[in-house]
Amino acid sequence: MVKIIYKDFEGTVREVDAKVGETVMETAIKNGIPGIDADCGGACACATCHVYVDASFMEKVGTPEDMEQSMLDFAENVTETSRLSCQIPVSEDLEGLTVTTPEAQH
Amino acid sequence: MDLSSAKQIVVIGGGQAGAQAVFSLRQGGYDGAITLVGDEPAPPYQRPPLSKAFLKGEMPEERLYFKPAAWYQDNGVELMLGVSATRIDRSARQVHLSHDAVLDYDALILATGSRPRALPLPGADLDGVHELRSLADVERLAPQTIAGRSIVIVGAGYIGLEAAAVARQLGMDVTVLEMAPRVLARVTSPVMSDFYEKQHRAQGVDIRCGAGLAALKGDNGAVTAAQLVDGSEIKADLVLIGIGILPNEELAAEAGIACENGILVDRDARTNDPHVFACGDCARRPLVHYGRIGRLESVHNAIEQGKLAAAAILGKPRPPEDTPWFWSDQYDLKLQIAGLSQDYDELVVRGDPEARKFATFYLKSGALIAVDAVNSPPEFLASKKLIAAGAKVAPERLSDTSISMKEIAATAV
Repeated sequence: MVKIIYKDFEGTVREVDAKVGETVMETAIKNGIPGIDADCGGACACATCHVYVDASFMEKVGTPEDMEQSMLDFAENVTETSRLSCQIPVSEDLEGLTVTTPEAQH
Repeated sequence: MDLSSAKQIVVIGGGQAGAQAVFSLRQGGYDGAITLVGDEPAPPYQRPPLSKAFLKGEMPEERLYFKPAAWYQDNGVELMLGVSATRIDRSARQVHLSHDAVLDYDALILATGSRPRALPLPGADLDGVHELRSLADVERLAPQTIAGRSIVIVGAGYIGLEAAAVARQLGMDVTVLEMAPRVLARVTSPVMSDFYEKQHRAQGVDIRCGAGLAALKGDNGAVTAAQLVDGSEIKADLVLIGIGILPNEELAAEAGIACENGILVDRDARTNDPHVFACGDCARRPLVHYGRIGRLESVHNAIEQGKLAAAAILGKPRPPEDTPWFWSDQYDLKLQIAGLSQDYDELVVRGDPEARKFATFYLKSGALIAVDAVNSPPEFLASKKLIAAGAKVAPERLSDTSISMKEIAATAV
């Protein structure tokens, strides 16, 4: 189990245990974290699981691949720490990962 | 009708629509009783991977589940799995179940889904003839998808083509039989059909359009071949039927709820009985961007109608009605579709199909009504917004790849 911390846009913090191999998106959905819709279920098809990765984790999380980047280009309020959480697999390396969810996904 | 004082809500159907209705009711603050009745043994799960990663064996079953089983218990949702509804008594506001139990309801959500259309030909009941709709179907099919064996897929819709891609990647000999003159004929343009035919052929799939299937032949009760109307036979260790789905509307129709190729609902997913809602594949709904009604077989539709029904029951403002959207994964091709292309009067291609990264736009009277985008998320996402806005876009701009989709979206009227 790896600890992942989700902050919502109002600053509420929720800490959950994530399974290695599942994604940051799946972990959120299964734990009822608000602020992530993930309509397509993780197929990188809908851009509704946008999160901001805490700057200190950017290196470990890595940058988006082309397909994800071009999806992100059309999300709202994208920054350089934006990622689609369905494309971030949980690994031991990410212990303590903090992501912030945007106010809206649509 | 105001149902916001509802204390007992029953949802029939544990697919994407039924599950979403439950999640949205709880998210919306409803704290009364919820019973979710599903005729499959598994808790609510995603169907799209069944013809993709899950069929290929790349995804464990539990990753299909929307929520772990404990979520339902923790959130006061009673799951009745492996149970079906047999009758609705609308005057008593009760649903009768297959094991003779009866549930009272203040609001009833029908998310009964759809079922594969049966093949109306001799041999359809032979062993080795499969359909692909549920986890149980994949559990039967997957162990048979062995390299070197032959599979005949009947129907070149999305399910048939996605399964063909997986079977080919698993090393099977794959033949796809399609009655229409081209693949995906019901849902897309000849340009896209031609592209997908070429891609599958390049991967070694034998695609036969305009093919009339006469019968499935067997030996000792197990399928061995598909026989065409011209008398020729194609060897088949396995057959997969993917010729469309039919809405499960009988439960509603028998209770006198208005149905016509789907349970008829209004923009709030409400049927002609104010206490009864219908969402997902089983419902025929207003398509607000197109000025008509229709049945949508998609994840987007199931989620949206689940949200609409929950909001209507709780007396909350109607959630947004988005441009219908779909996706299909075949090989390394991600097809993203926004809108409904029926009745287009102009087709514009952007990019080069040879590069396996292009989009076809569909216009009607100058307004964008749909897009099919292959490995092209910007074309898909920009179009989704433009379609919702009813925007007119100049065809020569759409075809000009030197103008970005962001710029096109910003300047459309």
